[in-house]
Amino acid sequence: MYNQTEIIKDTTDLGPDGELVINMGPQHPATHGVLHLVVTLNGETIKKIEPHLGYIHRSIEKMCERLSYRQFIYVTSRMDYLSSHINNTACALLIEKGMQIEVPERAKVVRTILNELTRIASHELWIGAMAMDLGAFTPFFYAFREREMITDIMEDTCGARLTMNYIVPGGLMYDIHPNFQTKVKAFVKQFKEKVTEYEDLVTGNIIFQSRTKGVGVLTAEDAISYGCSGPVARASGVSCDMRKIAPYDAYDRVEFDEVIETAGDSFARYIVRVKEMNQSIRIIEQLIDNIPEGEFVGKTKNVLKLNKGEFYQRVETARGEFGVFIVSEGGTTPYRIKFRSPGFSNLSVLDHIAKGSKIGDLMATMGTLDLVIPDIDR
Amino acid sequence: MTNEAIKEYITQHAPDATYDETGEWLNIVVESNQLKPLAAVLHGQPMQMDFLFCLTCVDYTTHLTMVYHFTATKDRSMNIVIKTNLDRANPIIETLCDIWRTAEFHEREVFEMFGVTFLHHPDLRNLILEEETAIAVDKTKGYWPLRKDFEDPINMIKL
Amino acid sequence: MLSLESITKTTQDWLFAKFSPEIALTIECVIVILLCITLFAVLGLVLVLLERKVAARIQIRLGPNRVGPGGIFQTAADTLKLIMKEGLTPDTADKFLFNLAPFIVMMVAMLLLAPIAFAKNFQIWDINIGVLYISAVSSLSVIGILMAGWASNNKYSLLGAMRSGAQIVSYELSAGFAVLTIVVLTGSLRISDIVASQENGWWLFKGHIPVIIAFVLYIIAVTAETNRAPFDLAEAESELTAGFHTEYSGMKFALFFLAEYINIFIVCAIGATLFLGGWMPLHIGHWDGFNHIMDYIPSSVWFMGKTFFLIFVIMWFRWTFPRLRVDQLLNLEWKYLLPISLFNLLLVTVIAIMGWHF
Repeated sequence: MYNQTEIIKDTTDLGPDGELVINMGPQHPATHGVLHLVVTLNGETIKKIEPHLGYIHRSIEKMCERLSYRQFIYVTSRMDYLSSHINNTACALLIEKGMQIEVPERAKVVRTILNELTRIASHELWIGAMAMDLGAFTPFFYAFREREMITDIMEDTCGARLTMNYIVPGGLMYDIHPNFQTKVKAFVKQFKEKVTEYEDLVTGNIIFQSRTKGVGVLTAEDAISYGCSGPVARASGVSCDMRKIAPYDAYDRVEFDEVIETAGDSFARYIVRVKEMNQSIRIIEQLIDNIPEGEFVGKTKNVLKLNKGEFYQRVETARGEFGVFIVSEGGTTPYRIKFRSPGFSNLSVLDHIAKGSKIGDLMATMGTLDLVIPDIDR
Repeated sequence: MTNEAIKEYITQHAPDATYDETGEWLNIVVESNQLKPLAAVLHGQPMQMDFLFCLTCVDYTTHLTMVYHFTATKDRSMNIVIKTNLDRANPIIETLCDIWRTAEFHEREVFEMFGVTFLHHPDLRNLILEEETAIAVDKTKGYWPLRKDFEDPINMIKL
Repeated sequence: MLSLESITKTTQDWLFAKFSPEIALTIECVIVILLCITLFAVLGLVLVLLERKVAARIQIRLGPNRVGPGGIFQTAADTLKLIMKEGLTPDTADKFLFNLAPFIVMMVAMLLLAPIAFAKNFQIWDINIGVLYISAVSSLSVIGILMAGWASNNKYSLLGAMRSGAQIVSYELSAGFAVLTIVVLTGSLRISDIVASQENGWWLFKGHIPVIIAFVLYIIAVTAETNRAPFDLAEAESELTAGFHTEYSGMKFALFFLAEYINIFIVCAIGATLFLGGWMPLHIGHWDGFNHIMDYIPSSVWFMGKTFFLIFVIMWFRWTFPRLRVDQLLNLEWKYLLPISLFNLLLVTVIAIMGWHF
């Protein structure tokens, strides 16, 4: 017959101090992608979280060393697939900066509108998935109702719903669909009516508030030290919106607020994203009626060659600051590309803020960090 | 601070640094042993470069170059790039984890992709790749995929 | 109109006339058992489909609508699938307890059908301690759950079963106090007395404030007792464990699954009996004309209507609220619901003594 210690040793995985070690993932119900967390627990309290990455590593940086400057842009759509237009814009802007390509006004405005639509679509999916993680299944369907309208617009314009290959160095690949303006206006109208539904169903719900307030608090110094950006940092009081710091495309001529909260907990991160959706609608409203006529792409050669040197471009995706760093030796393919993804730094802060909390809180924290794992693994 | 003021300030602390202003931002090249003291100085007053937003490595076939991008949250127009060259056969450099916590993950990635050893890093091991991949290919050489002379007969397809 | 009461009376008279008393009694018992099992099966089918349709409509979609007109055969198809699935028993599981657990949960659910009055004079067993019997027997279901969690030999099942057990035991107190409120007002534990006392109006309206508080507490407590959202942490899929029934598959899982829905029906039936008058039509005081009209609707329709209304409310909760964390759940019971229930009991006693109810 076993005695108690032997039974426990035999049947459980124990950490060094006799704590329980469990695996979350790599397959999660809904959201997040393939993230493998090894969580060390003491009862219900978390002692340490260690993320194991690499389940969707596709060696994109090495692969891009063989792709031409026109081809590598669309690989970024597959990285953070929820902000595909924004990632493509980053690459296109870098090449335009490096080769001094002139971008026509029409392309700039349409690119901005597409970026903001992508941001709203990403936040919609996030709100649905996060509510589902916490047990409220209905907001998922309501959020997807709006997201479907956006993906329908994208399907008409770009031909694809998720990995949209539409933005080229110099502007757009082809002109916008004739119904683009009407459809976007219809979407804006519906969104403004329905956004109050989220407020009522999720934000005002006392169970939701008690599960996210005070959970996963991130101070401003930690946010800066860990390199966090996007809504995660803005919820802790750090002003870091790349659209304001280094404006690109048409962002310098629209008015919008940068949403900053100071609480730093999960509820603050939630509020920042909901308010950002409203700001995005504001930007779209200012631009949709005045899309300038003209060319939709600047004059470029077919085969692009960047001069010798190093280039860096930053944009603000739905998750934070996305950076593209290219070292070019003057050829037709990049010598070295580095993609600075926002999720990489946001994930490193998970261990720090989830220590000492319960497992139920881990769901709320991970949900509000809004990680997309292909972005992290590249 | 303007580029001139930055250059003056840095020359006080690292006299051997060379400057390159051809790109978008001020590039500074220092020796590898001078990087940590210079970085510590930059983190403190008066420059307060507290945001390290990109840490990577480039393999020029004769040597490796570490590239660090800094900015200050108080003054976002101030961006500098610090580069340092490492010996390809034995790349060792001090870690920046104790000053900027974001360096932990970034340095782990550079460690596994290029083989750069970071001294005093709290937890230096592979981040994205599995530990067993190197063993499967060739135990004597290191498995550093982003180097230019990387060969993997099992997993790589050469066109 | 042929009422259920007259059917049972006719059958009983005919049986006792034809056979000797012992055999007639035995045949009656067999008929009742068959009816119970049929009710179970039909209820299970109907409730699962109702849940799926209600969920779908709240989530702006249609729900099952392919299998049969409007999807009414969906649950039958699902049950058929579950029966034909391979029933895996883990090797290291405690076989006897593992196989026994779903049956205990089903047996408790069936035993609770006995005192419920489905229509006028249509009760299986009108025991004089009806309410006490219900409280006592419903507590036995915890044994089945803990048995399932322990016998699975799986640390996640055990965690889930312990959480479930703690939750059920805590919320029984509040449910018990809410039920006691009605007992104080009626003065009897017998179900038929309670229903008869609501002849001039349901207790929800007659007893005003304390009964309304008790009703709200009762609904919250039974949602927690049946492990329904927002209190379903024990079986939450996006948390770590799938609860105490992780290791069950095939017919045994089907039994757990059905038992959960039957439990919901039973607690809603009890709630309808105690607070909403059971089979008693809506009577208002001494408005004889109005009462007479209400009497035309058969009592079984009244009972089923009230029960299904409460079931709909409980299903509504599930698809609206997010989940409570386990410490918040127990916090809610011990720090908020229990003191309120105790205070409410005092209040209702004062009201009953002073006669300040209708």
